[in-house]
Formats: sequence, C-alpha cells, structure tokens
Amino acid sequence: MATIAAAPPYTTAASEYSNTGLWSWLTTVDHKRIGALYLVTSLIFFVIGGLEAFLIRAQLAVPNGQVLSADMYNQLFTMHGTTMVFLAIMPLSAAFFNYLIPLQIGARDVAFPRLNAFSYWIYLLGGIFITVPIFFAVAPDGGWFGYAPLSTRQYSPQINMDFWVLGLQILGISSLAASFNFITTIINMRAPGMHLMRMPIFTWMSFVVQFLVALAFPVITVALVFLQFDRFFGTNFYAIGAGADPLLWQHLFWVFGHPEVYILILPAFGLVSEVLPTFSRKPLFGYPVMVYSGILIGFLGFGVWAHHMFSVGMGPIADAVFALTTMLIAIPTGVKIFNWLATMWDGQLRFTVAMKFAVALVGMFTIGGISGVMHSSPPADLQQTDTYFIVAHFHYVLFGGSMFGLFAGLYYYFPKFSGRFMSEKLGEWHFWLSLIGMNLTFFPMHFAGLLGMPRRTYQYDAGQGIELFNLLSTIGTLVLMLGTLFGLINLWKSWKSGERASSNPWGAPTIEWAIPSPPPEHNFDELPNITSRYPLWDLKGTVIAKPTTVEEEAGFVQKTAKQLHIPMPNPSILPLVTAAGVLFMFSGMLFTDSNIKLAIGIMITGAVWWIGALYTWLMTPLEDAH
Amino acid sequence: MTATTLPAPDAAADGHGHGGGHYTTLGLDNRKIAIWTFIGSECMLFASLISTYLIYKGRSIKGPFPHEPWTEPVTGKVFPAILDIPVTSASTFVLLMSSFAMVLALAAVQNKQLPKHTLGDKILGSSKLWLWVTCLMGVMFLGFQAFEFTAFIREGLTIRTNLFGSSFFTLTGFHGAHVAVGVCWLFSLLAIDYKRGLQPSDATNVDIAALYWHFVDVIWIVIFTLVYLIK
Repeated sequence: MATIAAAPPYTTAASEYSNTGLWSWLTTVDHKRIGALYLVTSLIFFVIGGLEAFLIRAQLAVPNGQVLSADMYNQLFTMHGTTMVFLAIMPLSAAFFNYLIPLQIGARDVAFPRLNAFSYWIYLLGGIFITVPIFFAVAPDGGWFGYAPLSTRQYSPQINMDFWVLGLQILGISSLAASFNFITTIINMRAPGMHLMRMPIFTWMSFVVQFLVALAFPVITVALVFLQFDRFFGTNFYAIGAGADPLLWQHLFWVFGHPEVYILILPAFGLVSEVLPTFSRKPLFGYPVMVYSGILIGFLGFGVWAHHMFSVGMGPIADAVFALTTMLIAIPTGVKIFNWLATMWDGQLRFTVAMKFAVALVGMFTIGGISGVMHSSPPADLQQTDTYFIVAHFHYVLFGGSMFGLFAGLYYYFPKFSGRFMSEKLGEWHFWLSLIGMNLTFFPMHFAGLLGMPRRTYQYDAGQGIELFNLLSTIGTLVLMLGTLFGLINLWKSWKSGERASSNPWGAPTIEWAIPSPPPEHNFDELPNITSRYPLWDLKGTVIAKPTTVEEEAGFVQKTAKQLHIPMPNPSILPLVTAAGVLFMFSGMLFTDSNIKLAIGIMITGAVWWIGALYTWLMTPLEDAH
Repeated sequence: MTATTLPAPDAAADGHGHGGGHYTTLGLDNRKIAIWTFIGSECMLFASLISTYLIYKGRSIKGPFPHEPWTEPVTGKVFPAILDIPVTSASTFVLLMSSFAMVLALAAVQNKQLPKHTLGDKILGSSKLWLWVTCLMGVMFLGFQAFEFTAFIREGLTIRTNLFGSSFFTLTGFHGAHVAVGVCWLFSLLAIDYKRGLQPSDATNVDIAALYWHFVDVIWIVIFTLVYLIK
C-alpha cells in the first residue's frame, strides 16, 4: 500500500477559479464544496448538541442533581433535540445529498447550483440564530416539539421561544429550497441510460426524502406562522379561552413530525444499502423491493402522525386507525432489514469500519424498531408515552440508526471526498466506543422508563429503583463522547495526512467510483452512458470489480473543465448576501414587543436587502455565454 | 488513466452537445420541474391553512361571524354577517379573467416571431398588452382585498377578534401575499419586455410565472368556494 508521502493519485491543471481561501468558500456553487461545508457545519452542531446532552446527563447522574437550574435544564433538553434533529442529522444527510446525488446520477452539478449555496447559507445562519441564545441562557425552553399552548406568549412570555419559532421558520426555507433543487436534479439531470430503476439506492432514498421535505415542511411552516402570529400579533389560533382546539398544534406538528422521522432515517438507510453490497462483494438483495419499500415508507409516513398523540384521548376509532397504520409501516422497514441480511448472507464480508457501522445500524435499528412498534398499541403506549422508554426508543433509531448509517457513509465515502482514507485504527476506537457507549447510555433508559421515570424530568428522588439506570446512562454518555472524539480526530488527521486513496479503493459498483478521488470540479469528463445498475461490476467482464490502487493511477493528469470546454457555473456571493438579508428580516421580528418601530425598520431593511440581492442574482447569468 | 472507463457517451447527449442548451433527462427545462415541485409544496401550505379555517369554523365564541348576524350580549349591538359575497364574486371574476390574459401573454411571447398581418394578430401578439392586463387585474384583486379587509376591520372584525378573524385573515392574507408576489413577478417580466423585448427563448421564464399565476388562481377558487359560498 502507498505511504502517506506517496504522490497524489492524479494531478490537475490549474483551475479557472481559485479553490482556496475564504472568498472561494463564501462564493462557491460547486455541489461538492457545499457538501463539505454541510459536513463540517453539521458536525460542529453535532458536538454542540452532544455537549448539551452531556449536561443533561450530568444533572441526572444522581438523584436530586444540582448541576443545572430547572430553567437551564429546560433550555438544554429543548436545544439538544432541536440541534440534533434540525442542525446535525438533517444537514449531515444534506452533506451526502449534495456530494453524492450528482455523482451517482452522472451529473455535473445540481439543477440550481446557486440555490444550493443559498440553502446552505440559510442553514448556517439559521443554525447560529437558534443556537447562540443558549450561551446567554435565553434559549428556547418549550421542548423540541414546542407544544402550543405551552409555547404561546401566555405560558412562555420570554424571548426564548421567539428564537425557536423564528429559527425553525428560517431553517425550513433551507430544507424546502434544497428539496425543490434535488427533486429537479434527480428527475432531470440523470445521465443517459440512468433509468429510475438503475439509480443507486442512496439516490433513491434521497429522492423519497426530498418529497417528504417538500410536502411536510409547509405544514410546520403554517403551524409556526400561527404560533408566531399568536405570540406577536395576538391572534387566537392556540388561545384556548377563545375556543381554540388544544390539539391543533399537535396535529399540525406531527403531520410534519412523523415524515420528519423518515427524513432523518432514510438517507442513512440509503448509505448502508451502498456500503453493505460493496463489502459483501454481492449486489444488494432485492433492489426493486428496497426501492418500493422506501417509497411505501414515504407514503405511509404521512398516515401515522397521531400515534404520537394516543394519550390525548382521540377516541377508539382514531386510536385504532393510527395503531393499524403504525403497525403497517413496520412492514416495509422490516423488509429492508431482511434484505440487508440477505445481502450479507454468503458474501465475502470485509469488516472495515464503514462495514461495522453499517452492520451495527442493522442491529441497533432493529432494537429501536421493535421498541417503536410496541408503541403502536395504544394501551401499551399509554404506559410508555412521555417516559424514558420513549427516549430509549428514539435514540436507538436516531443514534443507532441515523448516526451509525451516516458514520458508515462517512468512512465509506471519505476517500471519494478527499482522495484519502480515514484511519481504520482510529476508526475502530470510534466505532467500538460509540457502540458500547450508545448501548450503555440508552439501554438502561428502557428500564428507567418502564419503572415510570418521566422524560424531561429535572430531578428524581432516590429509592425508586432508577438510580443505577441513570448512573449507567451518564457513564455511557462519557464513553459515547470519547468515541465521538476519536471520530473527529480521525476526520481531522485523515483530512490532513490520511493514506492516499485511488478512484475506487473499495471495489465499489456505482459510477461515482469511476472518476478520480477527489473528483474534478466538472465531475465527469464526458457524461457516462449507463447500461446497468452496477456499471463498474458489470463492465469488468467479471461480476465483481477489484479495488484499484494508487499506483495504477499514478501519472494520470486530470484535465480541467476549461480545457475540456465544459461550461461551469460562476462563483457567486449573492446566495450568501440573500440569505443574510432573510436572516436580518426575521431577526427584526424579535423586537416586535419591545420596540415596534425598530422591529419594522429592521424587517423592511431586511426585505429590501434580500429582494435586491435576489433580483441581482436572477439578473446575473449562471455561467458565461458559450 | 483512471481505473475504469465507462462506455462512450452518446455525443449528442453530452452536456454541451450541438443543440446549445444543457442535456436534461426528460428534455424539459429544469425550471419547469422545479416550479411544479414548488407548487406541490404550496398545495400542502394552503391545505394546512384551509384545514385550520374549516376546523375552526363555528368554534368562535364571539362574533362577528361570516354568514350569520351576531348580537353582542353586553351592549346589544348587532353585527351583520360579515362576508360580502357579491363584491368577492366580482373580485373572483377579475382574478379568473387574469389567468385568461396570462395565457394570451405566454402565447404572445412564444409566437413573437410570427408575422402579424391584421389588427387582431397585432393585439393577440402583444405580450406587453397581455402582461399589463394580467398585472392590472392582479392589482385590482388586491384592491378588492384591501377594500374587504378595511371594511371588516371597520365593522369590528380584526385578526385578533375571534377564531374566525384569525383564521380568515391569515388564510386570505397568505393568498393575497401570493398574488402580490405574482404581480411583482409579472411586472418584472414586463420591465424586461420594455427593456429588450421578450423573445421565444424567454418563453420558459414566462411559462413558470404563468404556472405560478394559475396556481394562485386555482387556490382562490378553492378558498372562495369553501370560505365564501358554503355556509
């Protein structure tokens, strides 16, 4: 194998635009660089969310903990959930959408490169907007699902929930813009021959996710608009005294919130479906069934929302219907599990770190899925709802599922991103500490929950039989943090000095592995002509391709887009300027109660700012005339 | 060499083939697919707003009400039914007709190059005329809405008064905001038309504006039926 000092696998002539320096990152419209921005930003938020979780666990380590005030505790669990869902897992998935979708379908970029940059900047600015208040102890404190009327001005009079309402509105813009972009990209930018049923399974799952985003986010947007109007303009949407339905928020939120669950897990499923075949040296078992089950999960995901609300007394008919749909949705999910097992069955398994994370997802998600389908029965759910049992369940699917899948994807695709391997040695530490830490943290929560420990409780008394479980969970959190630290060190060291990787270091089957690592800015010198589902395996004449090595590729010189006469979009600062204007406009809303003139002034300035930037953007051609 | 060579591409299908524009899978412009996706998403936005209006219909504990008069218990003051269906029918007609003008505007841009012999050809082929008509009808609809809102506020119904007020003003206000965005969009196209003349190559840009405009129009038909016509 090549050493660290070995020559890079290929050289490239100087690019038309500088690829280094802050300005190049602020103006980039390259989907691969935007993917890298998403990756780094979401990992920073993942660390922040993890530290919030650690403080929560420190408070709960022993009975009647005194680490935090009750108010701070509320802020921390609210921000932990909000950060992990909206600022860590979704954008980490978006990093993979950005990087991989154009490569997997054989496109040179997404359909709207500047809109893509805009999505990222909105996400970054919205993330900062919603995160900064925690450092001043005025963070949102109404729980990550912000139930109204609790979150209305009457019960949450402070500025805390204003940050949450406005922050989620801002983040919604990012997700929606990205979903329109990716749907268009996947429908219309596929290379010749890339029929829908030849698309790599990650792109397929991402495709389903984009539809979920496009259809679910408007619903929470409306719920948030109502809450915003209630808080700032005194409307009555959640005012029980005026006859409002106390369940309106819950219905609207979960009509969004349950598809959101699949928005969080399907990208990880897609990544694992890429990793398992490569390291089993076998095609994915039941590709069409995997596609259809993903689509079915997407459809059914819109029909199960009220299983979050069994305890509110919807009546036997509603309870029965939502219990049935919830049991139904376990079927396509279970089908995926069995297909993964069948993919590995009798394969030539190679347990790299990526493979270990992927296999761990299959196991851990199954545990989370089984405890999940237990809640589909309303009588059982009445015992479990709002207890630590639920907390255990959704951490198994979100950490053991989503995060493990995303880590598997990170180890698998890092050589493609960077041209370097991640260290397997550090990766082993990352994996085993994460696996042990995760189970140590979340498994005891099942018991604490069934013994009646409510979630979001600030303190608990001794002598209820839950001390040991809580102490174990807290110790587990430390192990988990140590594991994550290994992962981050690995990422940093590998980026700087990892072992060089060739174009197809794993012997993988899909077309993103046919181009150099890292890919040139235009991705493909010529648009590929796709003839099968696994082109690199079928092309070789043998069924399974061997991994390529750096030596084989030494001396290859990659031509630039300019040399190949491929028109590429120009860098533009306008997406960032527009996003900043949007943020400025929203932040004016914060002053509505304290200083209405200032508020209106900021909002009008912000509106003029972003509308002006948007017009400039639309009037500037994407690429030079050719 | 890279390790793997994919099959040679079809020359005409490459990203920068002889046909000029970029290759797309369906042969459709990306913007058209994006606007349809956006419209799908907007359907969920209005579905949520309309559902909330319907859920809250009849749940207001005090008036004024949309379809029946209300007597304030303390003062004995009588508030008449607040919706003015004849006026809104007129504004609905204006908005529907604007979609007709929009279709003619798009056709005029698409057929810009065709020779115009008669006065009728010239009128039908004037993209400026039909864009103006569409814009002005949009502005007229907004004028009707402004009149309606001020009349309601004068009669004692604001966004804070009751559930009906909150859900009514938010729903129709969101729709009005969409019309306003559409009017700005169309005026922008008009400005381009005056500056350099819209050409058939601009047809997609006009087309997506038209799709948006028709969508906003269709949504109004739903709102008009559910909010105004059904008691």
